Amino acid sequence: MSELTLTVMRLGFLAVLWLFVIVAVQVIRSDLFGTRVTQRGSRRGSGAAAPQAAGRQAAGPPQQRQRRGAPTKLVVSEGTLTGTTVALAGQTITLGRAHDSTIVLDDDYASSRHARIYPDRDGQWIVEDLGSTNGTYLDRTRLTTPTPIPPGAPIRIGKTVIELRK
Amino acid sequence: MSVVTNTTTIGAIELPSRRNTELMLLVFAVVIPIFAYANVGLAIHGELPPGMLAYGGGLAVLAGLAHFVVRRYAKYADPLLLPIATLLNGLGCVLIWRLDQSERLQNLAKRSFGAFSESAPRQMMYTAVAIALFAAVLLLLKDHRTLQRFTYISMAAALVLLILPVIPGLGADVFGAKIWISVAGFSIQPGEFAKIVIAVFFAGYLMVKRDALALASRRFMGLYLPRGRDLGPILMIWAMSLLILVFENDLGTSLLFFGMFVIMLYVATERTSWIVIGLLMSVGGAVVVGTFASHVQARVNAWLDPFGCYTTSGACEQVGQSIMSFGSGGVLGTGWGQGNSDLIGFAANSDFIFSTVGEELGLSGVMAFLLLYGLIIERGVRTALAARDPFGKLFAIGLSGAFSLQIFVVAGGVMGLIPLTGMTMPFLASGGSSVLANWALIGILIRISDTARRPAPAPAPSPDSEMTQVVRPS
Repeated sequence: MSELTLTVMRLGFLAVLWLFVIVAVQVIRSDLFGTRVTQRGSRRGSGAAAPQAAGRQAAGPPQQRQRRGAPTKLVVSEGTLTGTTVALAGQTITLGRAHDSTIVLDDDYASSRHARIYPDRDGQWIVEDLGSTNGTYLDRTRLTTPTPIPPGAPIRIGKTVIELRK
Repeated sequence: MSVVTNTTTIGAIELPSRRNTELMLLVFAVVIPIFAYANVGLAIHGELPPGMLAYGGGLAVLAGLAHFVVRRYAKYADPLLLPIATLLNGLGCVLIWRLDQSERLQNLAKRSFGAFSESAPRQMMYTAVAIALFAAVLLLLKDHRTLQRFTYISMAAALVLLILPVIPGLGADVFGAKIWISVAGFSIQPGEFAKIVIAVFFAGYLMVKRDALALASRRFMGLYLPRGRDLGPILMIWAMSLLILVFENDLGTSLLFFGMFVIMLYVATERTSWIVIGLLMSVGGAVVVGTFASHVQARVNAWLDPFGCYTTSGACEQVGQSIMSFGSGGVLGTGWGQGNSDLIGFAANSDFIFSTVGEELGLSGVMAFLLLYGLIIERGVRTALAARDPFGKLFAIGLSGAFSLQIFVVAGGVMGLIPLTGMTMPFLASGGSSVLANWALIGILIRISDTARRPAPAPAPSPDSEMTQVVRPS
């Protein structure tokens, strides 16, 4: 066997061995930054990036909903359902005692179809009272017309309070 | 509305199982030893070795089987442990095969034993058995916490395993160290298995006693000194490891046991004083044994000045030759099959196999090997950090601690950093017990890491979400 071949193989083997070590270290790199948080960030990030890349010709609600600072989830902060979270994904959320509501309220003061929360064309979330008996309150005021929801403002239905959060 | 039910909380993102990463690394880990095998054949005989396909195929089949078992029974296990162990084991087989080709070793064996038998096929067979054991560990050990029930049984089992080689008729005195037993023609090293069994005992014991050990102590000169009755177990282990040393002349195993206990004690109690006490006790024990036991004394002399007694003592000759082979390897090594590490002669393919790595792959190869071992240890410690139950934490730390001590003791011994002890380099060295025990160790670590990384089960649905409760008069 020629000297050259053996030298090439010798160096090649060391290179391959070190390549394996480097690949292995790359695999564990994810541990350093925490698997869970990174993936949530990247998933959401890719979701936000894709519509932008798709172009601006189709200006629909799904893209604009993803703008910065938009709320991403609805959280029940008081009442029997405290802690319940619903992801805001551009769909209309209905609240009420009717069992086909998105959030089924177990609340004596709620009507069967009490209120709904939906995004308008600009991605702003709107809460609308659906003619309930006891009314829907945004902060302290009883709703009469569909109203945009400011970030962090509590929406009260009977004993249940919900908020939109990022 | 199919998107949500009212029990939906913030959706836990499922951790990726990373089995495909493991498979990719595993393919890599099979290709590298085949490359090395071809390289040895080309360098020694000038042609591709005839058994290359069989060897490569065998390694690939074994790796594939192990991967299948992990994919099926430990889906969320750590992706690195299996590929690295496969790579080390494959390269170990190549190293042993390379030393089989040495005419010097063949002649030496013919002169000493009358016949020469190749070690590489035997090592491949042991590897196959070890992979079967690895699969059996994953299949039978569904939850590592079941081992907790065997705390005191495993203590007794470990003691029996350690005592076996001293029993006359069963034990075999091989070259000064009584660490083998011969059963039905096979020689087994029970100490290798004892290290896993005793880790079960230490983990179970310390889990129960950690508070007493950590809190009931007096402060003295900045150190927390434990009470006498809490010090009892550590003294017992210390005495036990010294007894192993005295009766079996096995410096390595006693160091391993005592070191593992101190590491686990430190992790369980978070008291630095245990490390200080442990170091003092091991130094004291080493001085006493080094002064009185002639076997250990010779090793210490060989360590202090390997070239001073080069021609007079066999131990010095081996250490000296090992150091020379590391030196002649240089940074990049001589290349596979072109070194002269076979001059070490006796034990070249077991205790001194790392010298062959040092000569033929050079400093860069040695560093790569040490990093691979380091990665296994890192994954073990990482598993301990991620484990949710204290027993699993301590068990994983104990196993990776024992593994790291073994690497340190062997690599340090052949490089002349510490006195040489008769231990085997995990996965590299020729010897069935070592391969079996280390694959079992990897299997247990994979089981613990699977439990640790498995996502928490979904919360039980609340009764309010039942259809029968929702329909009510409004």
